Amino acid sequence: MGEFLLVTIQIDMHDQMALKLQDDLSNAIVKNASRGVLIDISSLEMVDSFIGRMVADISSMGKLLGAETILVGMQPAVAITLVELGLSLPGVATALNVERGMALLRRKIDADGADDVLR
Amino acid sequence: MADATMSNVLKKSGKEIQASWARDLAGSQSSGNGRISAAELDQQAAEFINLLTVASEHAKASDISAPEFKPIREFLEGISRSRVQQGFSSDETASFIFSLKKPLFAALRADAGKDADALADQLWRATELLDALGLHTVKAYQRSREEVINRQQREMLELSTPVVKLWDGILALPMIGTLDSARTQVVMENLLQKVVETGAQIAILDITGVPTVDTLVAQHLLKTVTALRLMGAECIISGVRPQIAQTIVHLGVDLQGVTTKANLADALALALKRTGNSLRQ
Repeated sequence: MGEFLLVTIQIDMHDQMALKLQDDLSNAIVKNASRGVLIDISSLEMVDSFIGRMVADISSMGKLLGAETILVGMQPAVAITLVELGLSLPGVATALNVERGMALLRRKIDADGADDVLR
Repeated sequence: MADATMSNVLKKSGKEIQASWARDLAGSQSSGNGRISAAELDQQAAEFINLLTVASEHAKASDISAPEFKPIREFLEGISRSRVQQGFSSDETASFIFSLKKPLFAALRADAGKDADALADQLWRATELLDALGLHTVKAYQRSREEVINRQQREMLELSTPVVKLWDGILALPMIGTLDSARTQVVMENLLQKVVETGAQIAILDITGVPTVDTLVAQHLLKTVTALRLMGAECIISGVRPQIAQTIVHLGVDLQGVTTKANLADALALALKRTGNSLRQ
């Protein structure tokens, strides 16, 4: 039984750091057998297309590794920028803040858990 | 080589020119039937003659974009702005300048005496200059009017996109009028900000007041829906009229799974259910 991982992305993340984060995160998910990942971007005040793609990639990777991935705390300006950039992050679950994100995560994982029991 | 003839004539006969000009102005459309007081008009006339005297003394040609003409340009821009506010039309504003020609030409003629060539030169110079100044006044007038229009447009944009709280966690955005990209921008900013402030989970976009939904409008709506989703809120579109439904189907617009309802009441009922509330009658 794994735990949840909380990743906080802060402002001014350089390209190199972003790639390292992806690396560290995928390793951590596997090592801890994490069931869920919360990516907190409430400190991000603006994004460019690189960060936008990076966030999308991290979310997809989490899913591929079997962890429910939820993006939380997106600021209005960031949401608008992503939409204008055409990065709608389809298939990525989102929540307003960490609290809601946790609740959502639990609901989703419980739903999966029910399937397991029925088998 | 600057030709100071016009300037000298203005210096010598300035008072007579101004008096004659004032008489013409009083009888014409430039005085505007009381929209501007005689005293204000006199003061503007005197100021203009002074500025013209100085500018024409040193300026080489009638290229009014030269720095010697800056004071007179700014003076005319000020006059245009106040005329806009006083309700004058652009031609009434410009004729203020053009009507100086008559007394000025009379003075130039008196000064030239029998020298027809010199007179012709001076008249041409004067007319060229006053025409340029008159046109500059019209340009400034147009710009002032455009500023008023732009300001009113901005105010209309802000007034017409209120975000209202329907219930705990449920916001509504009644949209009235066409949805263009500028409007969408304002809508998105307001709505997303309100979502953060109230922690809302559901936003209902009511489009009863949107006259047509074509592919462009649909794109704008979808942008708003997507931005909301990125922030963890859900969106319901309500107020879909029969006409709109037909247009959307005929155009093949893909609403990408957004829940839509025909009216706000149904949307509210659904939103309440989704936020864990129930209605009892």
